[in-house]
Amino acid sequence: MININEVIETNKMIEQENLDVRTITLGISLLDCIDSDLTQLNKKIYDKITTVAKDLVSTGKEIEREYGIPIVNKRISITPIALIGGAACKSSEDFVSIAKTLDEAAKKVGVNFIGGYSALVSKGMTKSDEMLIRSIPQALAQTERICSSINVGSTKTGINMDAVKLMGEIIVETAEYTKEQDSLGCAKLVVFCNAPDDNPFMAGAFHGVTESDAIINVGVSGPGVVKKALESVRGADFGTLCETIKKTAFKITRVGQLVALEASKRLQIPFGIVDLSLAPTPAVGDSVAEIFEEIGLEYAGAPGTTAALALLNDQVKKGGVMASSYVGGLSGAFIPVSEDQGMINAVEAGMLTLEKLEAMTCVCSVGLDMIAIPGDTKATTISGIIADEMAIGMVNQKTTAVRLIPVIGKKVGDNAEFGGLLGHAPIMPVNQANCDRFVNRGGRIPAPIHSFKN
Amino acid sequence: MKKTIITVVGKDSVGIIARVCSYLANNKINILDISQTIVQGYFNMMMIVDMNEAPKKFDEVAGEMEQIGEEIGVIVKVQHEDIFDMMHRL
Repeated sequence: MININEVIETNKMIEQENLDVRTITLGISLLDCIDSDLTQLNKKIYDKITTVAKDLVSTGKEIEREYGIPIVNKRISITPIALIGGAACKSSEDFVSIAKTLDEAAKKVGVNFIGGYSALVSKGMTKSDEMLIRSIPQALAQTERICSSINVGSTKTGINMDAVKLMGEIIVETAEYTKEQDSLGCAKLVVFCNAPDDNPFMAGAFHGVTESDAIINVGVSGPGVVKKALESVRGADFGTLCETIKKTAFKITRVGQLVALEASKRLQIPFGIVDLSLAPTPAVGDSVAEIFEEIGLEYAGAPGTTAALALLNDQVKKGGVMASSYVGGLSGAFIPVSEDQGMINAVEAGMLTLEKLEAMTCVCSVGLDMIAIPGDTKATTISGIIADEMAIGMVNQKTTAVRLIPVIGKKVGDNAEFGGLLGHAPIMPVNQANCDRFVNRGGRIPAPIHSFKN
Repeated sequence: MKKTIITVVGKDSVGIIARVCSYLANNKINILDISQTIVQGYFNMMMIVDMNEAPKKFDEVAGEMEQIGEEIGVIVKVQHEDIFDMMHRL
């Protein structure tokens, strides 16, 4: 039988160390909504989402109540809209009408984000893909809850450099369209390499075409719990350090597994995966950077940070894999800047640069995330940064992503304010050397040699 | 049988257990196990209970227990046992 110390330990994690289920994300396939008539398509999409997800929020609240664990977000991911809208959309404006439908559906069922305003163009773009991409600035400016992601490369296909070039321009345009809110639109736009089909975390969630009609994916988080556990082994060697992280990750993931199974049972929708990601929030004690500090680094960004992140990411995965029958999504440690107070402090102290962050993305679970850069950064420079990040993902057979926010009207030294979970960010300097000729070449970078495993 | 864990945390005072237990008795909730300890000067009590015979719904019981906690100056939490089982048992 459970003893009092175990009960106290669990409740302390929840109450004092910010252990939470970050999201229950309901993946919904929209493939059966495809129609050549735009009005019909919009109607089918709205009806399907509002039917399948009608009990999502209330079920999430019930589980939260009964187990005493906060479930911070209830969200929806959908089939990439470029595939769904292809038959009906003749222009980018047509795609924007779908974005508005999705936004209304999200409001109707009470979810705070819906992800999947997406296109998968890792090798080439169809007309429909390109129209969707070109509609992103409008779509994000005219909606509240839509998240968009574009997969521009993979280990199997190489990198679509035409898409990389286009995304640089789209990010600048999105920033411009939402400049009144510190270019907030870009916080809802991710460029991926090797995007997973079952990621429950926003802004990069979409429901892959390999998935079933509907599926429950759960994201758990708890950087504060890991930090607290490490306090008890201060000064111990790396073996002990890693063991502690692994055990903690195991415990956290078990909670995710429980919530996922329970949600699946109550909603009568199959369980997909649990994603254990140390996803920080701006709250004190909910920071990945603080874990680095506990490991022994003065700031995130100090020499040793990449090694610390590598071991953290790996131990989180090892603990997680043991704890759930299906682990998926991104699982690992996120290193967003604006969403992590410790990372913000490191940037403000001049200890963390874009280049160091890039190095860290070689071993973290995602990529360059929530980084505010000067509003006058050229589109080609952003494309160059995207290309670098995609290359890291392609060669290392891992997911990488770029979520950069060129904050219009602001320069290095200023601060961008996004609010809520998205936090605030000091504007970081970007290397000023020109990469126009590189980006403008066009075409694609071939897949690396180790992708040929057939 | 799905068991429920009730925890009570706060400053120790006369009658905490009496108040909680009489509520449980009035609502046909059977106590299977009680343990208590003092952690960092705070009174910590855990009860494992069976709510199967209780006429009230879980949400209602949890809400009323929290209310009682507020009245006597302690924090009362009601949770399904599964969350602890999942985390601490293989």
